[in-house]
Amino acid sequence: MTDFLTVSDMTVAYGDNVVMKDVSFSVHEGDIFIIMGASGCGKSTLLSVLTGLKEPAKGTEVFNGTDFWPGTPENRKNAMRQAGILYQSGALWTSMTLAENIALPLEQYTNLTAAEIRDIVALKLDLVGLAGFQDFYPAEISGGMKKRAGLARALALDPKIVFFDEPSAGLDPVSSKNLDDLIVQIRDTLQTTIVMVTHELPSLLGIGTNSIYLDVDTKSAIAHGAPRDLLKNPPNEKVRRFLNRGA
Amino acid sequence: MMSTVQLIPAKKELTVVFGGDWSIETPFENVSDFETLAKSPFSAVVFSGESVRRWDSSFVATILHFITVCKKEKKSYRFEKMPDGALPLIELALKVPPRDLPPRANGRKPFLDALGETSLSFFAGCADAFSFCRQAYASLRRFLRGKAVLRKSDLWLALQEAGANALPIVSLICFMIGLIVAFVGSIQLKLFGAQIYVASLVAIAVTRVMGAIMAGVIMSGRTGASYAATIGSMQVNEEVDALETMGISPFDFLVTPRLLALSLMMPFLTVYADITGILGGAFVGIVMLDLSPEEYVRATMNALKMRHVLVGIAYGASYGVIIALCGCFQGIRCGRNASAVGKATTSAVVVSIVLMTVDTAVLTFLFNMFGV
Repeated sequence: MTDFLTVSDMTVAYGDNVVMKDVSFSVHEGDIFIIMGASGCGKSTLLSVLTGLKEPAKGTEVFNGTDFWPGTPENRKNAMRQAGILYQSGALWTSMTLAENIALPLEQYTNLTAAEIRDIVALKLDLVGLAGFQDFYPAEISGGMKKRAGLARALALDPKIVFFDEPSAGLDPVSSKNLDDLIVQIRDTLQTTIVMVTHELPSLLGIGTNSIYLDVDTKSAIAHGAPRDLLKNPPNEKVRRFLNRGA
Repeated sequence: MMSTVQLIPAKKELTVVFGGDWSIETPFENVSDFETLAKSPFSAVVFSGESVRRWDSSFVATILHFITVCKKEKKSYRFEKMPDGALPLIELALKVPPRDLPPRANGRKPFLDALGETSLSFFAGCADAFSFCRQAYASLRRFLRGKAVLRKSDLWLALQEAGANALPIVSLICFMIGLIVAFVGSIQLKLFGAQIYVASLVAIAVTRVMGAIMAGVIMSGRTGASYAATIGSMQVNEEVDALETMGISPFDFLVTPRLLALSLMMPFLTVYADITGILGGAFVGIVMLDLSPEEYVRATMNALKMRHVLVGIAYGASYGVIIALCGCFQGIRCGRNASAVGKATTSAVVVSIVLMTVDTAVLTFLFNMFGV
């Protein structure tokens, strides 16, 4: 399997405060790669670095063959055109309808006509089970629907990789399971690579194919591998306790 | 029955017997005796809850306080006959030892430290503001070359917000300001029988600077604050991150439409403020000073020079740029919580009014120097 994303010796800091040091991992094409760890271990910070929002203090990131960190802003911009992101809160633009949210990246990066864009928007909303909601504003739909609409926007440009920041946060168990199923369907049907930050055990054990565990004390990755393998053969006590809900 | 703490010293142990009703609503039993006694050469402390009738957090907090004292004095401790549920709660509280965190800076810093930090923070803020202006300028150039990513509907909406929707409040305030200037002026001018000069006073004062200043202050509180709050909320909701990661510059999408809208609308609002201000003055002149409408209009037209109007428009245009930049800067640099949005909004208004004052002083000096 080819590596889609390779991170080597990544150190991240806020000023003098190092939040993560010497983290290395690879995400293969078609993986559902989980970044897991206890609260405050730097999962979301790592996601900010991977998506170009925060510059690492040290280390490299190669994004589908392109030098991302260190790399030029143009490199990062081009790389991110192959990516979609679902933020924890959905991060839908509140002044726009769901259709406008999904249409914006299409208007920006394609030469499609307005009618063609409308069709693509309808398709993306169909895929996430929100057919008919195109004229709704984000404030008019539920938290779970916002997540799905955010996913539809993330999928607007048929990305090769989708990043998820705590997709199950704030969702009831059934909605959370439905979202997990949707993520697997998207990976299988669109051949999309998934990188997911989460600490929801049912999600990460249910759909994760590869993972790293970030440790809040050592500020480094102390386990690599498929979450289910790590559950069977935990490399250390911290990972064992995490994957067994502290038992 | 009040809570009680009885201290029974023995040879090797100090027994602490808790009794009575412990309630968080009444003051805790005085614990200073224990602290004094704990310094005595006992090797252990026994906490007995045998006589406790009712208890709540006040009971557990007192025991935890005693345990802290025991640890400090290096005494061992044990429990005897504690009420049901109290012991698990104490164990839960003691389960995670306190983290060894560096002490937080509390209280006032030495004067020189505070001065140094404030200076560094001021210069860093200036550098940040300069960098923001540079990026806003680059975005404006991209817009003029047709390469900026923004929705035309957003630009029209911003123009409408900064223009037509602001007219009612600008009308009200500027009419009142014209009225006040005329009224205050008339009191003095009446003494000399020179009421007719109220028209000149209002015309020159309002068109040259007052109209622009009032429009600027209104737009700072109304539109500048709205820019900061809107963009700040977008920061909190990660909407700005979503734009950035999608390769859409927040400057193109959020700052440029607002900057253009307010910069284009402020000169018009200034002229509108001038007109309503003069109408306010005319109301006083006609109704209170018994001047005829024709007289008032003639006196106004005689006093009014195009250069006064143009000077006012120049002030207004510069205020538009300042207010839009301050509002957008505070929004884009807003933190990630609700209180940060409030702070950004307040700062947008305060900083823009301060900068407008400085701008007025500089422009007034320049206009005087060039005899405008």
